[in-house]
Amino acid sequence: MIKNNKTERHIISILTKNQPGVLSRISGLFSRRGYNIDGLTVCATEDESYSRMTVTVSATEQTANQIVEQLKKQIDVIKVLDLKSGDVALRELLLIKVNAGAKERSELCDLCTIFKAKALDTTQSTMMFELTGNTSKIDAFIDVLVPYGIIEMARTGGAALERGKNEN
Amino acid sequence: MTGAKILLKSLTELKVDTIFGYPGSSILPVYDALSEFPLRHVLTAHEMGAGFAASGMARATGKPGVVIATSGPGATNLVTAIADAFMDSVPLIAITGNVELKNLGHDCFQEVDIFGMTMPIVKYSYIVKSVNDLEKIIFEAFEIATTGRKGPVLIDIPFDVLKDETDYCGNFSRLPVSSSYDLKDVEKIANLINDAQKPFLYLGGGGVDYSDRIIEFADLIKAQIGVSFMALGSVPSDHKGYVGIVSDDNKPLQEILSASDIVIALGARFNSRISAFDKIKNKTIIQIDIDGAEIDKNVLCNNYLIADIGTALDKLMPLLKEKENKELQNLSPVVKGRGKEIIFELSNFLPDDAVIITDVGLHQIWTACTYPFKKPRTFITSGGLGVMGFGMGTAIGVALATNRKVVLITGDGSLRMNVAEFETAVKLKIDLTVICMNNSSLGLIKKIQSKFYGKRFVECDEPKLNFANLAKAYGGEGITLSRTANVKEALEQSLKMKKPLIIDCEISDKEF
Repeated sequence: MIKNNKTERHIISILTKNQPGVLSRISGLFSRRGYNIDGLTVCATEDESYSRMTVTVSATEQTANQIVEQLKKQIDVIKVLDLKSGDVALRELLLIKVNAGAKERSELCDLCTIFKAKALDTTQSTMMFELTGNTSKIDAFIDVLVPYGIIEMARTGGAALERGKNEN
Repeated sequence: MTGAKILLKSLTELKVDTIFGYPGSSILPVYDALSEFPLRHVLTAHEMGAGFAASGMARATGKPGVVIATSGPGATNLVTAIADAFMDSVPLIAITGNVELKNLGHDCFQEVDIFGMTMPIVKYSYIVKSVNDLEKIIFEAFEIATTGRKGPVLIDIPFDVLKDETDYCGNFSRLPVSSSYDLKDVEKIANLINDAQKPFLYLGGGGVDYSDRIIEFADLIKAQIGVSFMALGSVPSDHKGYVGIVSDDNKPLQEILSASDIVIALGARFNSRISAFDKIKNKTIIQIDIDGAEIDKNVLCNNYLIADIGTALDKLMPLLKEKENKELQNLSPVVKGRGKEIIFELSNFLPDDAVIITDVGLHQIWTACTYPFKKPRTFITSGGLGVMGFGMGTAIGVALATNRKVVLITGDGSLRMNVAEFETAVKLKIDLTVICMNNSSLGLIKKIQSKFYGKRFVECDEPKLNFANLAKAYGGEGITLSRTANVKEALEQSLKMKKPLIIDCEISDKEF
């Protein structure tokens, strides 16, 4: 019996057949059953007949179990893993453009070094950076850039894989 | 062979003998080829009726029912029947025509995205993009619809795919798909049941094919047995320990449920409408279901098995100790009021294997509570979705599938919705008796407004409609049963008629 009622972050990795309609079938399942998606990434896999979706959700254990079971029932779904407890590598990608005049440029480059971000573009008044990392690293980088004035940003959902040889 | 012929050939190979449908321009290639195949096509008055007839066939036999419709409105008219099949886990195959592939998405005449529209209410669906895929898809669709937790599958076929030609390969046979069973709790569950004193079995639709084993199981552990609408008939109503429908109206059952120390749910989803389930949350609850997503969905359980009920009981029963004989309660229906009197009297005239179909409303609840069902699949109703207008089309499908006596118990509200299918029954010369509980009102709405809306009755009264005359207009038989007429005599006479018949029974609108 499930006792834990705390809402926690779950990373759900879904291996699906690469078929028309799969994305709307899966995302539709989340919306109509009232599960909130924090992040969603769809990507190719080593085999072109399959795709991998990585969905991050904040949910109680009961809801997360429900999500996994509902996903398993989908005909197009090959494998579902709730990666919450496992040893997982998760990465997001951030592209961010901030106000940066000549004065701020070197300071921003220092921040880049600390976070291992890449400067992608510079104009007289702006700079654009690229960063990959887990959610908290990306959050932290955005936080330090706020004072400069964020012009716009694009952030992907997570892509996640279990570490080690685990085939389940 | 054209796509249309491949479709029909595949259906014949899959042992389909009857399909229901309605023609329209996008699906015409199929109609054009119909006469070349040993298939009976039943033309209904409305696609919804065809959808429910196919559903009725599936509900009565467990085998897939097939409905075909054209694109656009033909397809949308199937939506309610598909949703109903999804809620009640019915293997329905819905085949729709669509506009040509190159025109998909161009808002053409009678084009609708039925694939997208039905996505949340199908077990699976296809848009067939090439005639070369068609045969495989049809076989796969039947596989999906009938294995694991059953459900509807939609196949949307563009016009040119029906016209294109390819070879029929005949290679696709239905392979058993592996089910992911989880039986690791079986010993723990056996111990819990062995330690329990007062087990309560709650049966749902998932057990309908395993009634013999369920009865053995119940007898072994001396359980009280309550059922959901979907399981009514799985256990004979006079069986020791049987206490009827689990509903908020069945107060004596709730007492028995409260007094039990373990609740074992077999293929049931703990309907959210029933508040009795709120009171069992502190009991030991065991869930056995083929669908892992049902575990812990509406009620949290202690232990569970994921498997079909037959497999699960085969594993579980050898581990159980036979419990000592003890007094088990049986609840007999309380036959109060004209409606229930008619329903109960009806059971004296019908064989045990007669199939009772209902629509949705007061008459449905009266039937479920009153009629002494004896066999599985003899009570057919729209359980999950609660579709008024379900009954008439469904009754036609059931009658054609079973060749048994079929009685539709309905109300004037529900019958109004799809009464046009009565003509289909007349056309097919089906031995169908319709018992219409005519209170010139929407009785269940009245009951709810009376109980929860301070008796403010809004939009629940209807003019008096003479359904007996209507039946005659459609070419069938009709009789009116006044409030004082002798029920026995009337039933005795009318059930002998072999023509489709509506018995229009006058009921007081004060009778809830």
